[in-house]
Amino acid sequence: MSLQDKDRIFTNLYGFQPWGLKAAQKRGDWDATKNLMAVGQDQIIEEIKNSGLRGRGGAGFPTGMKWSFMPKESKDGRPNFLVINADESEPGSCKDREIIRHDPHKLIEGALIAGYAMRARACYIYIRGEFIREAETLFAAVQEAYDAGLIGKNAAKSGYDFDVFVHRGAGAYICGEETALLESLEGKKGMPRLKPPFPAGAGLYGCPTTVNNVESIAVVPTILRRGANWFKSFGREKNEGTKLFQLTGHVNKPCVVEEAMSIPFRELIAKHAGGIRGAKNPDDFDNLLAVIPGGSSVPLVPAHEIIDAPMDFDGLRDLQSGLGTAAVIVMDKSTDIVRAISRISYFYKHESCGQCTPCREGTGWMWRVMERLREGNADISEIDTLWDVTKQVEGHTICALGDAAAWPIQGLIRHFRPEMERRIIEKQGQALEAAE
Amino acid sequence: MPNVKVDGVDIEVPAGATILQACELAGKEIPRFCYHERLSIAGNCRMCLVEVKPGPPKPQASCALPVGEGQEIITMSPMVKKAREGVMEFLLINHPLDCPICDQGGECDLQDQAIAYGRGHSRFAENKRAVTEKYMGPVVKTIMTRCIQCTRCIRFAEEVAGVEEIGAIGRGENMEITSYLEGAITSELSGNVVDLCPVGALVSKPYSFEARPWELRKVPAIDVMDGVGTNIRLDARMREVMRALPRINEDVNEEWAHDKTRHAVDGLLRNRLDRPWVRRDGKLEQASWDEAFKAISEVAKSAGSSVAAVAGDLLDVETMYAAKKFVQSLGSTLLEGRQTGLSYDTSNLAAVNFNSTIAGIETADVILLVGTNPRWEATLVNTRIRKAVKAGAKVFGIGPEIDLTYPVEWLGDDLSLLSKLPKAAASLLKDALRPAIIIGAGALKIEGAQAASLALVDQFNLVRPDSGGGAWNGYNVLHTAAARMGGLMLGYAQPGGMAALATAAPKLLFLLGADEADLGPFANSFKVYVGHHGDRGASEADVILPGAAYSEKHGLYVNIEGRVQLSERAVDPPGDAREDWSIFRALSQLTGQPLPFDNFAQLRAALYSEFPAFARPGLVTYEWAPPALPTAKIEKNRAIFYPIRDFYLTNPIARSSPTLQRCSAEILHGQEFLEAAE
Repeated sequence: MSLQDKDRIFTNLYGFQPWGLKAAQKRGDWDATKNLMAVGQDQIIEEIKNSGLRGRGGAGFPTGMKWSFMPKESKDGRPNFLVINADESEPGSCKDREIIRHDPHKLIEGALIAGYAMRARACYIYIRGEFIREAETLFAAVQEAYDAGLIGKNAAKSGYDFDVFVHRGAGAYICGEETALLESLEGKKGMPRLKPPFPAGAGLYGCPTTVNNVESIAVVPTILRRGANWFKSFGREKNEGTKLFQLTGHVNKPCVVEEAMSIPFRELIAKHAGGIRGAKNPDDFDNLLAVIPGGSSVPLVPAHEIIDAPMDFDGLRDLQSGLGTAAVIVMDKSTDIVRAISRISYFYKHESCGQCTPCREGTGWMWRVMERLREGNADISEIDTLWDVTKQVEGHTICALGDAAAWPIQGLIRHFRPEMERRIIEKQGQALEAAE
Repeated sequence: MPNVKVDGVDIEVPAGATILQACELAGKEIPRFCYHERLSIAGNCRMCLVEVKPGPPKPQASCALPVGEGQEIITMSPMVKKAREGVMEFLLINHPLDCPICDQGGECDLQDQAIAYGRGHSRFAENKRAVTEKYMGPVVKTIMTRCIQCTRCIRFAEEVAGVEEIGAIGRGENMEITSYLEGAITSELSGNVVDLCPVGALVSKPYSFEARPWELRKVPAIDVMDGVGTNIRLDARMREVMRALPRINEDVNEEWAHDKTRHAVDGLLRNRLDRPWVRRDGKLEQASWDEAFKAISEVAKSAGSSVAAVAGDLLDVETMYAAKKFVQSLGSTLLEGRQTGLSYDTSNLAAVNFNSTIAGIETADVILLVGTNPRWEATLVNTRIRKAVKAGAKVFGIGPEIDLTYPVEWLGDDLSLLSKLPKAAASLLKDALRPAIIIGAGALKIEGAQAASLALVDQFNLVRPDSGGGAWNGYNVLHTAAARMGGLMLGYAQPGGMAALATAAPKLLFLLGADEADLGPFANSFKVYVGHHGDRGASEADVILPGAAYSEKHGLYVNIEGRVQLSERAVDPPGDAREDWSIFRALSQLTGQPLPFDNFAQLRAALYSEFPAFARPGLVTYEWAPPALPTAKIEKNRAIFYPIRDFYLTNPIARSSPTLQRCSAEILHGQEFLEAAE
């Protein structure tokens, strides 16, 4: 059973209506925000905890729990900050930009409520540099909210002072990592920080900070309006709620769609994406080769494993992959799968910040080996070496980019080793022929 | 005090310690590249990975992780071994195999740790990365292909040297370390990045391709380029000092040395006096020792007791003692060491000492600089003040505004401010727990400055018991010469200074390596220069006797805080040059009153019995009894001139060093040099 229209949070996801404040208010945003806040800060956090909302940025950490790590009162005068991560750079991922350009007020209202709940003095929205139109919309929407008294002094007449600042990034993928984002926000080189200290203890300008994904914040007002139990009624246990799925790749109708968590892959593709490219009908999955279910950084899953799998955090973890940002990249049987993963490797080599050794040196090495494997210009033992190198990178780095670079390759070797070996043997055969 | 278990051994570690420190306390060696005790933690090399329980099932960077109660740390497990091998392999895949032509070879962290923790073979079949060299100035040579991006140099420049001129550009495997716009690093401490660099990416430019570390004799010595008494190690091969490196002494130089310390050694074999010279018909001519001695003894006969000695800035205590005994044997007490004409009162040595001590100034909370440029006069004191500022200290300055690498509130270039400090500064000094003033030669040159500065002692209660039960003395005089405190202890100070000496018009004047003095008033004196470099003093001398430089003799030095330190001989003096004390011993034979010591041991014994303070290395205790000086009114708007005009060329050895000449021309005078390759 898929999500009904009445249960959709993002009612203007496709931009059929204007994004502006008036239209947003007609859709229900900023409706008695003051009353939502009046229940009290701890109550809001409790409600979010009860809703089962898990962070929508990829790691899936429970949002309410994250907020509860923020100090309730400042012992040394340092303010709390909320930082919203709108640096959506994960290849395949395109949900935050839809929210920002068509429903920015959901985000701003969510920022106020979340900021209030975690006792934040201000919110910084760090938006990806390439999102030019989106940033324009966001700047305008924030200005609208200020003009209407919804944020700023006595925000939405709640008696709480709250500022929202929009900051544009410069286009580095690594600045989507929360501590690199904070560094970048402070005007430094975007390089992840060592943890501990965690941002909740010392984050932006050394002050307690929570970094949340756009979607995590934008769903907050609706959850509070309709109640935790409503949100909890979707999806499996511990994977509750609705989620924006981004269906891209070899499907007939690529789209961003809000669906209930844990929806089976089959239903998601058949219903919303018009089926796999080249298939006889939407329910025909014969032409499916593999799926990267959560953006480029999670391992791919071969067709037979994913077709009936539930699309949620735990279901995909059981397949040794992950939900990530729910950016579903579908690949049909025309795909050169080694080349596809090699291209992802190049991306990580290009986006490694260069701070710590395994990622700086390992990403380039992995990509170069992948390029040779693509053509079969390698020895079969090099597949094992490559596997070993990915294991040397994984878990040894400061941030998760090292893991993200290693996992796609591990997924490839795990599921498509015969294909890689075939290319090597074929190439060696050609070489023999040429020599004769 | 958390208790942890390191490889099965229970150990208690100080609160706030890192896992790496806990492992070291337990006697475990943790390999590292980016971690350095004196720099902030970067955690980027990932070499120090260890297993920590409880924790995530992956190795943790021990340098950055604080110790927690009850943790179990494993430094030798298969997981740790594999992690280290992995990081080592990554570091080596793009590191060139040019160890045979690398100056770091033999003292390279990467070599050592590759042997200890690496795999021994390479699986990397791709091409290695090459990086273009960067220009970092006259003392730092770069071979950036060797760089492992540990960022120690960046952190040093930013945190210790206080110049934000080194940084990283690019990202990922294209990350490169460079100086800002590839200009010379404008820090006196730039040479330290060479020591910090764990590989051969930053090496000493003058020393490049000169020697291998295993060929060198390593001799502990004391630096004489300024009054700090930096502990150094002279690395010598055959008769040449190849380089000077700092030794660790937490009380003095920590583990730093400035560029003058490091590269003055390039001047040790240039411009040397290696045989005696005698002036005949207005022209200096080469002579034998006998001829030179004969010329002196003839003058000495007629001069009688009209003899004086001026001590230079680089002298050891023994030389000054021998010269003093010789002058005394002729019946004179005319001794002076303050060549530039300073004439402050020296009746109480505590009142001309750096009483807070070099390490202690770090703990001051309000500091007033009076007529001193510590960055040039005592660079490593300046780094201590910088540390104090980083810990929250406030610094005021009287004198021309200069960049000291930390914020200073300049009160004005007007010494009369000393007796009427602006309210803000005065009230802060009054409320401070550990107030300090540092008065430099720039101020002391001015009549009345010493009295006015001593008046502040009572006004701000600079001498007081401190909260820890010890004593705090915030009155500091910053001398610029290595020989100064030793000379003052021996009595190389006349009331009236050099002017008094000139008034006495000695017939025979000994210049002991004195090259900074104005010799105009001594035109009628017969001048004997005893020293090692043909510089200003030698050019005006009537007889030149070649002596030994600091690297060529055993010697005692007393630094600005009154710390007696021993220096050893690294090489022999060149040519006919002799150790200075033996010159005076020989001369005394000719004047008929031989000095009572025939060898160096006897000299030291005589010195120790006459001045017991020199016998014990370490801080000398001077009793605090400041003289009651007549207050002289300092005229209004009295401008101050700092004593050092050119940091790199303050003494004859430095002036003879081509490296320092180039530093001066390039860094201070903005001259541009083309690289040979261009």
